[in-house]
Amino acid sequence: MLSKRVIACLDVRDGKLAKSIRFVDTKDIGDPIVKAREYYLDGLDELVFYDITASSEARNIMLNVVESVAEQIFIPFSVGGGIRSVRDATDLRMAGAEKINVNSAAVLRPELISECAAAIGSQNVVLSMDVRRVGKTAEVPSGYEIVINGGRRSMGMDALAWAKQGETLGAGELVVNSIDADGTRDGYEIALTRSVAERVRIPVIASGGAGTPGHLRDVLTTGKADAALIASMVHYGEYTVSEVKTSLHELGVKVRMSW
Amino acid sequence: MAVIVDYDAGNLRSVQRACTEVGLAATISDDPEAIRHADRIIFPGVGAAGSAMQSIRKSGVDVALEHAFRSGVPILGICLGLQISLEFSEENDQTTLGFLPGKVCRFQLRNRDLKIPHMGWNEIEVQRRHPLLEGINDGDEFYFVHSFFPEPENPTTIFASAQYEREFCCAAGLDNFFGTQFHPEKSGRVGLGLLDRFRNWDGRIAE
Repeated sequence: MLSKRVIACLDVRDGKLAKSIRFVDTKDIGDPIVKAREYYLDGLDELVFYDITASSEARNIMLNVVESVAEQIFIPFSVGGGIRSVRDATDLRMAGAEKINVNSAAVLRPELISECAAAIGSQNVVLSMDVRRVGKTAEVPSGYEIVINGGRRSMGMDALAWAKQGETLGAGELVVNSIDADGTRDGYEIALTRSVAERVRIPVIASGGAGTPGHLRDVLTTGKADAALIASMVHYGEYTVSEVKTSLHELGVKVRMSW
Repeated sequence: MAVIVDYDAGNLRSVQRACTEVGLAATISDDPEAIRHADRIIFPGVGAAGSAMQSIRKSGVDVALEHAFRSGVPILGICLGLQISLEFSEENDQTTLGFLPGKVCRFQLRNRDLKIPHMGWNEIEVQRRHPLLEGINDGDEFYFVHSFFPEPENPTTIFASAQYEREFCCAAGLDNFFGTQFHPEKSGRVGLGLLDRFRNWDGRIAE
């Protein structure tokens, strides 16, 4: 039976872990490569780097970081943030990313999804969607709206319709990131995740709100997610990756327990 | 020198990096001469059977691989590399290399909650001992990404299986050819272990 995946997401800016992340062990501060290796050895199932770099010079730093990480971790590795073209995607793939995550640029120009799928294969194209709960309207019948640019810009698009369109265009997986739950550590947005998972036939990765292993259990069972993204709960040292997985196992969720 | 066969079927550097990690020096090449002279061959690949076969035939890699197989050179097929080593694939209704008698079938799933491709970590069950599977225990998990699965004709060529609604073959071999449907290069320590054993494999299946 297929295991549910635990995926750690590291925000990287200018080749360093983004400032909001403060590690307990001071010698590790700011080094995404060290952190990636640590998580890999501790049983992580998949790694995501999210590049929050603005400048084009820093893009090359990112490619170097991706290359270094790819030499040291032997699990699926995906990179997202600022991918606007097939060239961006293939550059990251050449550097060693397995999958690429598209987000805002795909909302603005949906063909980006099909272009990337044609170039690197659907299974390597992840559509990441930032979703905010709004009232149900004619435009947004599900009550969940797509936002871009880190939640700053509302698009007046229904999240469920966009998920379906993304699948049709060739996305191989979906990340459903709840802007409302993000950073709260109060649990994932279960209803949203479940609605998306029931709408598409590609794997769904839940994101935003993880604070405890119980939250992961809920979204992986009731929420019907195939994988759960975690960030601060492991970055701050509150849990290790293996503790999260052991707890999930004890809670009855099928996860990979030998590594 | 080991050669990783390049035929426009995906990014092969992750395979090369994993080889480096276990101390197996491997070059990536699409040159039939290099393949002909390799002392071991890794035949990876993702993508569709149809375009893969087209590319392999055009470059002459098919003949070089056939030569290597007949000469007893250890060959490791990964994912599409295993699939097109069988005789026929339901993907594009494609006639394939045929080192291994059997065909490749598409998953037909009844359970609507199961996704295609079969993507993620899944347990394998060892069906038959093989030098490359030494040290792997039933229940060890490997990383998969595929919509089609191999169905070798002869049960004695099936070395491991996995479950996805139904049981399917996930490792098959004949003589000096061994193939995995999963990705050892993306399967952490257990995957690297398999590549490490391939580094020293003499191409024989001891009874």
